[in-house]
Amino acid sequence: MSEPLLSMREVTYTYPGGDRPALSHVSLDIHPGEFCLLAGLSGQGKSTLLRAACGLVPHFHGGRFAGTVTLAGLDTRAHGPARLGALAGVLFQDPESQLVMGSVRAELSVALESRGAGAAQVARGVEEVALALGIDALLDRPTHELSGGEKQRVALGAALAGRPRIVLLDEPTSQLDPVAGDELIGLLRRLNQEWETTILLAEHRLERVLHACDRVIAMQDGALACDSDPESFLAWAAREQPALQTPAAKLFALAGLHGAPAGVRQARARLRAAGLLAEESGSGAQPAQPPQPRGGRRSRRGRAAPALHCAGLWYEIPRGPAILRGVDLSVRAGESVALMGRNGAGKSTLLRHAAGLLEPTRGRIRAAGRVALLLQDPGDYFIHQHLAQEASPEALAAAGLSEHARRNPRDLSGGERQRLALAIVTDGHSAPAVLALDEPTRGMDRAAKAELALELRRRAGAGQAVIVATHDPEFAAAAADRAVLLADGRVIADAATSELLAGGWYFATETARILGGAGGALLPDQGAALIARLAAERAQAGGPTPGSVTAGAIP
Amino acid sequence: MRARLLFYRRLRSPLHATRAGVSVLWVASLSAAALLLYHPVALLVLLGAVLCAGAGAGVGRALARSMRAAAFLALPIVLVNVLVSRQGLTVLARLGDLGPFGQGDLTLEALLYGAVIALKVTVLFALTTLASLSVDPDEMLAILRRLSFRSALTASLATRMVPVLGADAQRLAEAQRTRPQGAPRGATARLGVLTAVISGSLDRALDVAATLELRGFATAPRAPRRHRAYSRHDIAFLASAAAVLGVAVLARATGTLAFSAYPEVHARFGAAGCALCAALLAAVLLPFADRRGIDP
Repeated sequence: MSEPLLSMREVTYTYPGGDRPALSHVSLDIHPGEFCLLAGLSGQGKSTLLRAACGLVPHFHGGRFAGTVTLAGLDTRAHGPARLGALAGVLFQDPESQLVMGSVRAELSVALESRGAGAAQVARGVEEVALALGIDALLDRPTHELSGGEKQRVALGAALAGRPRIVLLDEPTSQLDPVAGDELIGLLRRLNQEWETTILLAEHRLERVLHACDRVIAMQDGALACDSDPESFLAWAAREQPALQTPAAKLFALAGLHGAPAGVRQARARLRAAGLLAEESGSGAQPAQPPQPRGGRRSRRGRAAPALHCAGLWYEIPRGPAILRGVDLSVRAGESVALMGRNGAGKSTLLRHAAGLLEPTRGRIRAAGRVALLLQDPGDYFIHQHLAQEASPEALAAAGLSEHARRNPRDLSGGERQRLALAIVTDGHSAPAVLALDEPTRGMDRAAKAELALELRRRAGAGQAVIVATHDPEFAAAAADRAVLLADGRVIADAATSELLAGGWYFATETARILGGAGGALLPDQGAALIARLAAERAQAGGPTPGSVTAGAIP
Repeated sequence: MRARLLFYRRLRSPLHATRAGVSVLWVASLSAAALLLYHPVALLVLLGAVLCAGAGAGVGRALARSMRAAAFLALPIVLVNVLVSRQGLTVLARLGDLGPFGQGDLTLEALLYGAVIALKVTVLFALTTLASLSVDPDEMLAILRRLSFRSALTASLATRMVPVLGADAQRLAEAQRTRPQGAPRGATARLGVLTAVISGSLDRALDVAATLELRGFATAPRAPRRHRAYSRHDIAFLASAAAVLGVAVLARATGTLAFSAYPEVHARFGAAGCALCAALLAAVLLPFADRRGIDP
């Protein structure tokens, strides 16, 4: 085997002021051309490992560092990030902090220029990276006018412009819609396969990446907990860390099938081999039909008066585009609705109208009471030194944060910050009639998402209308009964989640994609029940039992 | 949803299609003319020409908005000149004892001279605004990089952080408005919001600094020279800059547009002055007539 490109030996690192190491005795080798996925719950050391790989730890962050990290033979203790940056392209979670120039062209040029490349080299490098990432049309656009997805691509382009040997990415898809997220992963795979660029990528939504990667490195408490191929990782996760299981793996485990699949294609191949794909088995569980648009008129005929009602809502920016184009939407008390769509479809704008932060240019919006809106970044709510100053004791108690009342809100974990922000916006003498949440799962691990989904279900059960804008179909399926798909400021589909999230390619859960939308099964437990039914039918007909479907049985 | 801040955007206009170096030279030439000329009519013509140029560059509204801010600057200039000047002979009103300024009179000369200086400042303010809206800062910094890469990049970063921090502050204010009690009021609450914005900006600055470090900012050498052919707009604006400066120098040298305020107002404005003003207007605006090749 070739010499490792990145090598870590017994690396232990503690941030300045930290009471426990963020990395603990980490040893690993990454070879040229590998595509590695870094898995783990929040706060387990993934980002720190990436920062150690490019020299930001310890040169930039300080702290106590022990062990050795070498990148392409350069010891990171002797060479700083400026030197190592020529070998490693780095993309962090928030693209906003990684764009330093005014225009896209200047952004792509700066890394090359700062390394002394000649004018012709810079021009060629910019053109090539722009073409490779499909951002050539953006070259003369100002960076502050780009959408989130465009910014992420430009930041990736800036990281790749110098043709680094390894690319380090920290949750690059967390702000992207499912389409843009899949495109980014496809792009990384292409870079890896065509140019042998080594990829080390940290990600919470493992199902997005697992099928594309060669190797998974799982971290727990700052240490390596698992380092193996995707299938062995899934077997490990099932035993040791179920919160890291992908929906496909969970589906197979719940259905009693051996050998967790790394992706949709593999899962379908195994089910097909066992005759357990509903669409091919002749079972009564048919794929979901394409959902039809459902406007406010139909909802108005519903039993209860709507808690939130939008009629013909338009929002047009003066001398700019129309963001909402005649949106009709009704949400009843006790109903939970997932608002989905691509970046820039109008989801956030619609929620801002609901909360009264924006006035429609045309149309009406009515709410049966107060609308509480939780914006994307919980940190935006924190302006005091202590939790006790941010929300009432009752609200803190309801959020399970009473014991932290004297702490600074910024010292809380990601999940706790989200709970505090929710407590702040829902605090008050009376409960809000409508609870609106804008991308609440950004950067959350699967365990925290499951907790939030349960909380939203509880609130809907208590009679609140819940409307949540999300890019995460798994979360939408877990938290909502109804899904509304927006595109270009219009409602293009409005249906039960079991209909809308079952029949698509992008706006569909992994379970639904595996089962082809059969029976409207969205979540692993629903899918497992469907498979069990099919298996029972098959057993009656004399076919193999689910447990006999193993990795070795793949055709 | 967007803050009304003045940022460069590449628009379809002859000025935007001109290379940054030439645009800056053109603005500098107009600024020199504003400094050389004292005749109020000439300055008014120049101000009108700059506003029309703004309209020609597609930034007329933003430029007109900025004139409100210029008024805040201009009015105190007039006021201070009236209070401190003792040279005018035409007394309009006796102001009596003005405390630290002593005995004072409101004179026509002091009022007019103050207005001329305020007009000059307004023209310079409009030109600065026009430059910030229509000169590509990245291109400008690429020129400055040849002198000092790090200073230029730091300046670029500061430019870039303005809209980012503006958006951060807007987001934070929006979040406070979604509290059930509405945005907290009072000095303490405002201080809290300000502290949050500052601490957030420090976090962001750290992230940006990490990015810069990885892009080799610390090891940056002197930037290479780039060669680019002069476009029709580059040539037109260079000619315009030369013509504007020529007219201003001619007016100053020949005294055609002479103006003196003290001890009594003396202003010449004959046919020659009228012709020079027309030439000034034409020199500023003619490059905007050619709309070929202005697409980004």
